[in-house]
Amino acid sequence: MGAARVGVVTFPGTLDDQDAARAVRHAGGEAVPLWHADHDLRGVDAVFLPGGFSYGDYLRCGAISRFAPLMEELIPAARAGLPVLGTCNGFQILCEAHLLPGALTRNQGLHYVCRDQRVRVENATTAWTADYAPGQELLLPVKHGEGRYVADAATIAALESGGQVVFRYLGANPNGSINDIAGISNEAGNVVGLMPHPEHAVEELTGAPSVDGRGFFTSILKRFVNL
Amino acid sequence: MIDSVERAGQTPDEPQPYAELGMKADEYDRVRAILGRRPTSSELAIYSVMWSEHCSYKSSKVHLRQFGTKAPKSDALLVGMGENAGVVDIGDGWAATFKIESHNHPSYVEPHQGAATGVGGIVRDIMSMGARPIAVMDSLRFGALDAPDTRRVLPGVVEGISSYGNCLGLPNIGGEVVFDPCYLGNPLVNALCVGLLRKDQIKLATAPGPGNKVVLFGARTGPDGIGGASVLASATFEDESHAKRPAVQVGDPFMEKLLIECCLELFEADVVVGIQDLGAAGVSCATTELAAKGTGGMRVDLGLVPLRDPSLLPEEILMSESQERMMAVVTPEDIDAFMAICARWDVPATVIGEVTDTGRLVMTWKDEVIVDIPPGTAADEGPVYERPFHEPAGQAALNADDAARLPRPADLRATLLQLLGSANLASKEWVTSQYDRYVRGNTVLAMPADAGVLRVGEVMPGAEQTDRGLALATDGNGRYARLDPYAGAQLALAEAYRNVAVTGARPLAVTNCLNFGSPEDPEVMWQFAEAVRGLADACKTLGVPVTGGNVSFYNQTGSTAIHPTPVVGVLGVLDDVRRRVPHGFTAPGLKIVLLGDTGEEFGGSEWAHVAHGHLGGLPPVVDLEAERALATVLAEAAGRGLAEGSHDVSDGGLAVALAEATLARGVGATVRLPLEDAFTALFSESTARALVTVRPEAFEELAELCARHEVPCYGLGTTGGTALTVEDVLEVPVDELRAVQEAPLPAVFGA
Repeated sequence: MGAARVGVVTFPGTLDDQDAARAVRHAGGEAVPLWHADHDLRGVDAVFLPGGFSYGDYLRCGAISRFAPLMEELIPAARAGLPVLGTCNGFQILCEAHLLPGALTRNQGLHYVCRDQRVRVENATTAWTADYAPGQELLLPVKHGEGRYVADAATIAALESGGQVVFRYLGANPNGSINDIAGISNEAGNVVGLMPHPEHAVEELTGAPSVDGRGFFTSILKRFVNL
Repeated sequence: MIDSVERAGQTPDEPQPYAELGMKADEYDRVRAILGRRPTSSELAIYSVMWSEHCSYKSSKVHLRQFGTKAPKSDALLVGMGENAGVVDIGDGWAATFKIESHNHPSYVEPHQGAATGVGGIVRDIMSMGARPIAVMDSLRFGALDAPDTRRVLPGVVEGISSYGNCLGLPNIGGEVVFDPCYLGNPLVNALCVGLLRKDQIKLATAPGPGNKVVLFGARTGPDGIGGASVLASATFEDESHAKRPAVQVGDPFMEKLLIECCLELFEADVVVGIQDLGAAGVSCATTELAAKGTGGMRVDLGLVPLRDPSLLPEEILMSESQERMMAVVTPEDIDAFMAICARWDVPATVIGEVTDTGRLVMTWKDEVIVDIPPGTAADEGPVYERPFHEPAGQAALNADDAARLPRPADLRATLLQLLGSANLASKEWVTSQYDRYVRGNTVLAMPADAGVLRVGEVMPGAEQTDRGLALATDGNGRYARLDPYAGAQLALAEAYRNVAVTGARPLAVTNCLNFGSPEDPEVMWQFAEAVRGLADACKTLGVPVTGGNVSFYNQTGSTAIHPTPVVGVLGVLDDVRRRVPHGFTAPGLKIVLLGDTGEEFGGSEWAHVAHGHLGGLPPVVDLEAERALATVLAEAAGRGLAEGSHDVSDGGLAVALAEATLARGVGATVRLPLEDAFTALFSESTARALVTVRPEAFEELAELCARHEVPCYGLGTTGGTALTVEDVLEVPVDELRAVQEAPLPAVFGA
C-alpha cells in the first residue's frame, strides 16, 4: 500500500499546520491539508490538529473551532476509531469537543511559556506513542499560555488508573497542570492530546535541540503499514 | 455641517485648529498657498498628519540623504529607501525584505497595546512588499530594572509583543533588552520584521491605471488611535501624558493573521496592482501615497469606508489609526477574484474608490466634495527643516572624564559575578520565554544566540531548492552614543554586523531605528546629525547599504532627552544554512580561540556602569577594517566547517563572553589570558573580537586563515568540565554562573 495519509487541519488562526505537515512528510507519510469549512475528511487514515490560536482564542481556546463544519465530520469519525492527535490548540479543541475529558486553563504563572521541556511517556500503547518505550524521556518544546490541564477528581483518578495519562512533565511543571499531566488519551487510545509540540522536534537543524518528536509520526505510520 | 470644498471657498477666513493638530503657522499658510484657498477640515486633517514629524521626516530628511549619497555599491539591493521596506537579493531567485520601526511613545502610555501594535505595524510593512513575514525581533529599552515604573512598563510591553506576535505565528528570534535610567520616562520599543519573497514578486505602493479599483480590506475603521502618529510621536511627554491614552491603537492579532494568509493568496493569484498598509495616518497616508506614486489621481467615497463606530466624522476616518487594515489597487477584471479570496479568509473588503488620471485626490462624503488636493503635496512635498545644531555644552567635559581613572577591582571573580548579575548582562529568559521562537519550523538559531538564523528552503512552496539561510541581529549602545554619537552609531553597526558574522553568515544590508530626543534642541540635533553621518560612513566602508528604517524623535521627559540611541539591524546570508555556527561552547575537548586584539578600553563599558555608575571618556575605538577582516574569517571558517561554536565579545568583555559561552549548553572551560593585565583582558570592551571553538586538529588551519586576513588569533584553552576557570585568576562553577545570571529579572518580575 502507499504511504499513510495524515490529515492536517487548518482553522483560521492555526499556526503550526505547515510544521505538522512537514513532520508527517519527513516520517514518510502523506500530509493531506484539511480546511475547517469543508465537510470532508478526504479519506485520510489519521488526523493531526495542530497548534495555534484558532479564532484568535477568542471566547475560550478551541471553543469556536469545535463547531467548524470539519469537526462535525471529525467527531463521529474519532468516536468510531479514527486516530486523532491534537497538540496545544489542537488538544484544547479536542477537550472542547469532548473527545477528551477535562480542560486547559491559564498557566499558573499567568505568562505564555516557550521552552524545551522534558516529558515522560507514560503510555506507549496508544495509536500515537507505540513507537516509544514505556517510561522513555523526551525533550519537546512547550509554547502556550493556557496549558494547565484540569479535571474533577473522579476524572483524574479514572485517567490515572486507566492508563490514559500518556505524558507527564519532568522537572519544573510549565503550567501547573494536575499531576504534571502533559497529555492524555481517550479510553480507546486512538485520540491523544498533549500540550508539547512533537512537530518542532523532528529535525537536527531546526526547532528544539532534539529529534524526540519523530516517534509520534513513525508510530502512526507504522500502524497503517502493519494493518 | 459638512465642511466641503465649496464651503471652504465661501468662508476663506474661518479660523481653523491647525495648531491643535500640531501644525505651525507657516505650514498652514503653505497649505493655503498650495490649494489657493483655505483647506477643508478634512484636508487639514490630511496635511497635518502627513506633514507631522513622524510621517514627513521633516527634521531628519536633510541628514538621512547621506544613506543614499554615501551608499556603497551593492548588487544585492533590489529596493532601497523610500518604500515600505527595503528588499535584498539573497540568491537562488529569492529576496528578503526587512525593517525596524519604533513604537516608543504608545508603549509608555499603554505598554501592552503600544508594543502589540508596534509588531502589527511592522509586519504589515513587510506584507505590503509582497512578502511572507517569517520572523520578528524586538529591541527594547527600559528604565532601571528596580525602578517602580519599569515594573509597569516592561511586563506590559513583553506581554503585548508575546500575545500579538505569538498569535500571528511569527517566530521571535532575537533582539535586545537594555536597562538604563535615561529610558525610565521614555522606553524604547523597536520592532523588526523580516519577510521572504520571490525576486520577481516585489509589490510596490503605487496606484497606476485609471479605472482600477481601490479596495480597503481588513478590520473596520474605529475611533482608536486618532492622531496617534502625529500626536504621540511628534511631541515631548509632559506629565499629563496619560490623558493621551485614547490615542493609542488597539490591536487584533487574529485579524492580522488572516490578513497575512489572505495577502499571500492574493499575491499568488496575481490580482494586486499596488498595495499599501494603513499605519500611521491611516487612510490619509495610504490614499495620498498610492495616488502620488501612481497615475496621479484617485477618487474615494469616504462614506463607503466600513466603520466600527457609525458616528465617525470624515476627518476622524481620515486620521484613524485602526489596526489590521490594508489598501490595494485592483483591475476591474480581477476584482471578483480578489473579493473571493478575501471572503475565503473572512476578511472584509470594500471598494471605496478608483484610480483616475486627473492628478487630484478627490474625496466625497454624502455627495459633497470634501477633499480635492494634488496628492504629492501631502505625501512627498512636506516641509523640510534645516534644524540648527551644535555640540552639547558638556560634551568636552564628558569626554575628558576618562574611565581610566576609576579604581580597579582586586577580586576579579567577584567582578565577573557582579557584571553577570547586573541588569544588562543578566539572562533575559524571563522575557524571551514568553515569545514563540519555534513556530513555522524554520528557526535554526534564536536567543540567546548572537543572531537569529532562519532556514529559507521550507519557508514557502517553491523554495525547496535553496540551501540558504538568513541571519539577523540588532544592536545599539546608548552609552557609547552619548559619549560620541558618530562612533556610537558605528559601534552599533559593527556589533550587529559581527553578531551576524559569528553565525557564519555574510552581512548584506542594514536597517536602522534612530531614537533621539527633540530635534528642536540643537544639542540633540547635533547627536542626530553625528550619528547619521557616522552610520552612513561606516555602511560605506563595510559595503552594507541602508535599506530603510525609521526615525523616532521627541524621546524625552520634560527637557531631559534619552541617550542618543541608534539601533542598527543587519541582515546576512548563509549560502548553506547547515553550515551555520552554533552559539557558545557545544562540547568538551574543543580548543577555544580568541580572534582580535584587546586594548584598555573602559569608556562607556558595562564595568564602568555597574561598578562605578560612571559614564565618561570615549567609547571603544572603531576599526571597521578589522571588523570586515574578522567577518571574512568567520564566514570562511564556517564554510569550511572549522568552527564548532562561536560567540561575539562585546558588553562586559571577554569574561562575560566566556561565561555566556559556557552557559549556552553547560559546558565549562579552562583558559589562560593572552595579556598580563588580567583586568583589561577580561573586562575591556575592545571591538572586532569573537570567540570561536575548533577541534584541536583544526586549530592550525584556523590560525593560517587568520594570518591570511591579518586577524589576531590567540589559543586560550579548552572546553570541558563543570566550571569556568581562568588560570591564576578565577574559577566559578557553571551552576553558580547560571544562578547569578538567571536571578535578576525573576527577582523583580516574579517567576
